[in-house]
Amino acid sequence: MQWESWSAFFNMGGYAFYVWLSFGLTALCVIWEVIALHNRNQAALRLIKLLAQQD
Amino acid sequence: MNNAWLVLLKRDLLLAFRRRSDIATTLFFFVIVSSLFPLGVGSDSAILSTIAPGVLWVAALLAGMISLSRMFAADFTDGTLEQMLLSPQPLALMVTAKILAHWLVCGLPVVLLAPVIGLQYALPSDAIGILVFSLLLGTPALSLIGAIGAALTLGVRGSGLLVALLVLPLYIPVLIFGSLAVSASQHAMSPQAHLSLLAAISLLALVLAPLATAAALRISLE
Amino acid sequence: MMSMKKIILGLGLLIALTGAALILFVTGTKYIGVHVALILIGAALARQSRYFDDNFYHNASPQAFYPTAGLLIPWFAWLAAVLVIYGLYVSFAIAPTDFQQGEAYRIIFVHVPAAWMSMVIYVAMAFWAGLGLILNARLSAMMAQALAPTGAIFTLLALVTGSLWGKPMWGTYWVWDARLTSELILLFLFLGFIALQSSIDDPRKADRAGALLALVGVVNVPIIYFSVKWWSTLHQGSSINMGAAPKMAATMFEGMIIMALAFWMYTIAVTLIRARCIILERERNSGWVKELATRESSGAKS
Repeated sequence: MQWESWSAFFNMGGYAFYVWLSFGLTALCVIWEVIALHNRNQAALRLIKLLAQQD
Repeated sequence: MNNAWLVLLKRDLLLAFRRRSDIATTLFFFVIVSSLFPLGVGSDSAILSTIAPGVLWVAALLAGMISLSRMFAADFTDGTLEQMLLSPQPLALMVTAKILAHWLVCGLPVVLLAPVIGLQYALPSDAIGILVFSLLLGTPALSLIGAIGAALTLGVRGSGLLVALLVLPLYIPVLIFGSLAVSASQHAMSPQAHLSLLAAISLLALVLAPLATAAALRISLE
Repeated sequence: MMSMKKIILGLGLLIALTGAALILFVTGTKYIGVHVALILIGAALARQSRYFDDNFYHNASPQAFYPTAGLLIPWFAWLAAVLVIYGLYVSFAIAPTDFQQGEAYRIIFVHVPAAWMSMVIYVAMAFWAGLGLILNARLSAMMAQALAPTGAIFTLLALVTGSLWGKPMWGTYWVWDARLTSELILLFLFLGFIALQSSIDDPRKADRAGALLALVGVVNVPIIYFSVKWWSTLHQGSSINMGAAPKMAATMFEGMIIMALAFWMYTIAVTLIRARCIILERERNSGWVKELATRESSGAKS
């Protein structure tokens, strides 16, 4: 293990802002993409169901 | 075959000559864009001659780009393009006539006007010579690559902006080697390597771009 | 006749055996995590071969692809999750502090994989687009379209994390170095592809126009990359090169590779999901899609 304590881990040797922002933004993009895709899939299914009911 | 090619070239040039304001727009655009920079940056001739290669090349690039959407638009609406597609002549060859016409109308005037703008930017005379030569070698590549973008965005909504987004990233190598050639001559270095690369890009574009443009026209017209 | 089943099976076994052979003969246990990951991915791929149809072309119809993709997605999603957890563990707990860059270097564990993926995705996109253009295959074009947004996101992430790394290292968020500049141009290329496809209403025409643009782009990418590299070496002396430290510890390298593999698996999962969405949107008037939608929504209710 590289870290003496949790606070040392979160501090990242003084570079906390840059390191955590990088990883945080990456996580945010991934989460956003997955949610957006889920919504897109639901919207497509809803539309198709609507079209099927119209027939 | 050569005959049809020449006829198409002459026709395009004649059409451009009939609407001289189009040529003038391109030239004015080039002059205005390059005159705006001293107003924004200041009239210090040391700064101006430093930024001159980049600014003049960017201005030439944009001037060539704004006229791109006109390259096929008129022929597309009046059905000439469809006739070209059906004619026995290979489309890629006929496309080169249109590209050459575009370069003669929009590229060559900019090349000829560049020395005057170069003087405004306090460029020494040998740098002006290299500027003109690099534009002469590089602007054909701009017309060739631009033709692909113009053909792809034919009949698409918002095509004017879209063509900029598609074509400008592909112009970057031309911009880099063109402006480096001029700044090399400013710093008493040989611009030969940059100019050779510029010529290589133009030759490569001459081989590949008409084929891609023809394919793009087929897609747009189907 | 080529059997798709055998191709996937062979590919999976090849990846797994490469991973195993590397442990035994080349690097030993130095990069054990990477080899285990390769064996895992290969084994999963070999196992999944059962979902494919024997007939090569049958797999290429959207109707056959839709359920197959549905079965594949959980596998890739789980692989991505497992690899990300292990990759983060290596990046933060195992990899030592860099004696020059301190802890800030840990940004490379997302930056370098994101940059790699952005390039891999562009090439993959051009490959599918070209295949779609040549074979006139709808599914290939859909795959190209499905890859583009993920590629753009990874490119953007590579740019943002690159400048977040640059601030503590160079003292400024943006430096016009060759790597960041080419990544910026790659972002423009991705955005151009997406913009062109979304502004053409006819989907088949959009596919073909996008494919041509992707192919033109892929021819240009090496030229652009070379010219930017040439330009940056002339305009400034060589600066610190991100991620190319000569004395990189083995665990640092391992963390980077594991994270890259995790991003890769994530990309495949997300692309398959997006491809399924595109199929639903485009084929919404065909009978099998209507049947499927009513079945899925009634299944969700009960």
